[in-house]
Amino acid sequence: MKDGVGAKGKKVANTAMNDEAEEEKKKVTIYIMGKAYEVPAGLTIMKAVEYAGFQYIRGAGCRAGFCGACATVYRKKGDYKLYTALACQTAVEDGMYLTQLPFVPANKAKYDIEKIEVSPNTLIKFYPELVRCVSCNTCTKSCPQDLEVMYYIQAAIRGDIEKVAKLSFDCIQCGLCAIRCPAEIAHYHVAQLARRLYGKYMSPTPKHLLERIKEIESGKFDREMEEIMKMSIEKIKKMYAERDIEGATEARAKAEKD
Amino acid sequence: MRVKVGGEEEEIVAKVEEISGQNIMLCYQCGQCSASCPMADYMDLIPSRVMKMLQLGMVDDVFKANTMWICATCLKCSVMCPKDIDVAAVMEALRQIVLRRNEEYLSLGKISKDRIEELPQIALIASARKMTP
Amino acid sequence: MVGGVGRKEDRKTAYDAGMMKIAYYPGCTLKTTARSFEKSVIASYRVLGIEYIELEKWTCCGTYFSLAKDDLVHHIASIRNLIRVKEAGYDRVVAPCSMCYNTLKMANEEVRNDEEKAYRINSFMDEEEDYRGDVEVLHPFDLLREVGMDRVRGAVKKPLEGLKVMPYYGCMLVRPEIAALGKGELPGIMEDLIKALGGVPVYTPYNIECCGSYHVVSNPDFVMARARDIAKKAVMEGAEVIITSCPLCHYNLDRMQLEAKRKWKDFKEIPAIYFSQLMAIAFGLGKKDIALDGNYVDPRPLFEAKGLV
Repeated sequence: MKDGVGAKGKKVANTAMNDEAEEEKKKVTIYIMGKAYEVPAGLTIMKAVEYAGFQYIRGAGCRAGFCGACATVYRKKGDYKLYTALACQTAVEDGMYLTQLPFVPANKAKYDIEKIEVSPNTLIKFYPELVRCVSCNTCTKSCPQDLEVMYYIQAAIRGDIEKVAKLSFDCIQCGLCAIRCPAEIAHYHVAQLARRLYGKYMSPTPKHLLERIKEIESGKFDREMEEIMKMSIEKIKKMYAERDIEGATEARAKAEKD
Repeated sequence: MRVKVGGEEEEIVAKVEEISGQNIMLCYQCGQCSASCPMADYMDLIPSRVMKMLQLGMVDDVFKANTMWICATCLKCSVMCPKDIDVAAVMEALRQIVLRRNEEYLSLGKISKDRIEELPQIALIASARKMTP
Repeated sequence: MVGGVGRKEDRKTAYDAGMMKIAYYPGCTLKTTARSFEKSVIASYRVLGIEYIELEKWTCCGTYFSLAKDDLVHHIASIRNLIRVKEAGYDRVVAPCSMCYNTLKMANEEVRNDEEKAYRINSFMDEEEDYRGDVEVLHPFDLLREVGMDRVRGAVKKPLEGLKVMPYYGCMLVRPEIAALGKGELPGIMEDLIKALGGVPVYTPYNIECCGSYHVVSNPDFVMARARDIAKKAVMEGAEVIITSCPLCHYNLDRMQLEAKRKWKDFKEIPAIYFSQLMAIAFGLGKKDIALDGNYVDPRPLFEAKGLV
């Protein structure tokens, strides 16, 4: 997900600098749990709810579209569709009917990843409700990450774990798919198991990672760690800001030159 | 034997006819459906008996019997019926009435993991369609 | 047309050129417990000049077809797959699994014959193009009729030398009439195929009787008794092998014979294989394409003794 662009490409606050002043003046009416509030246009749902005087004690997290905690549903005036979104990534529109989902209940199967023997039916074994999928596609339509949820569930049914892992890679576990599913499937838990199985048993072993773990265990970086531990916070901050990042270092040099 | 026509029973029979699209009164008890049914041995009530009891409004007894769940939807009864009644659709309607009350006949979570490991997808999916709400 | 031969006039040219392409819908089970079916059906039809092109995206067919007149949600999976066929540039799709074939075909007919239902299904799937039933759903047996048995006979390298084969249609290829392979419940296509391959078809009343189907999940004992009855009758009539085109019939007949053997000591097993495996054997294809290794009742001794594999 890119900064400033909501999951489904909806405009998020302050995308265009020159519109900013005008947006500020404009107010929209939204309905939170049935009650009308006037809020500045251009706010995200989350900010608008807070602007209206509510405080999030659940259903809020990173506020950057990554953690999936602020999954929400809403409708628009005169539109039958039930929309789903991340509250931190979606701008309010005039006439929105809003609420906030604090939590999505979904069973997670118990397994010991070390002991699973992968077979075509492994995912059905842990999540037998998978076979109830009727391909209605509601999960896909509800995904704020625009994943092809239905197709990964279908791949799960036929034991194509690699496909599940790849199609579900950008899942942020918000649970909107699970709450909308008529077959009562907990899609995101299925996908998580698939990714774990894929990582453990199917994807090639990353040699460099194994080597690095060995280096760490042999104490290669112990001295450097000790040095960092003794440093002042200011110095660590400075080091962090000046660290070498691929691409970013060049960009910083260019910005300084300009 | 309790025969009831009218009231709640009649409504349920009407519902069976609506969901199945069949006219239950057309059945004249020739017994072809039961004779051709491969699962009749395991049924509490044979298919033709279910048809008769529905005609008489004996819905409680029909729902108590395992017939609709033992039906394997092989459609033999439907092609055999001289009155062109889709008997399999009547069984489907009976199942649907129970399933739509959110009651299940098969609990997927109770099938042993070893069996799930071995069973073909086609069997699991078809069972879920027919036996879970 | 994207890579496919959909139109009738193109089809003839493609057949003449020896390579007819058709959209292929595998279904879930052909990708898991029925791998041998997939391997053998693709390989044996390639010999006949028919290339199966798997759909890039597909879901479960939605089996089992819902007989409830007001139950539309269970047709959605089928229709969605048929839309995928159109998107891939084809107007015909082949589904080797009997149950997938039946489910797809029944849903297709439902949309073709009932405008109201078509409208409701299409408006539910508001993210898809509307579908009106313009794809044709075929079984590999339909394609056999299309290419003709002469072509099959011409492809035989190892004739079956009078092997006695029971063609087991099960239910989904013969019932109901709207989805059936032929008129009535005796389409005869499997018999013709067996003869073309050099075998002898064995008729029993069980050729078109249910195997117990999905009850193998909830009531496996019933299915075991069905498998016993079918196998017993086949052996009684002198059959040496049963052929089928349904992964569920296959599992029930093959796997449940083991259970039957455990319960009834004098029970005599008979191997059950897919019709396409029999084709692959007679066409002299390699072991990988015939794929006889995944069965519970091992068919290899039979074919090895006859020098066919």
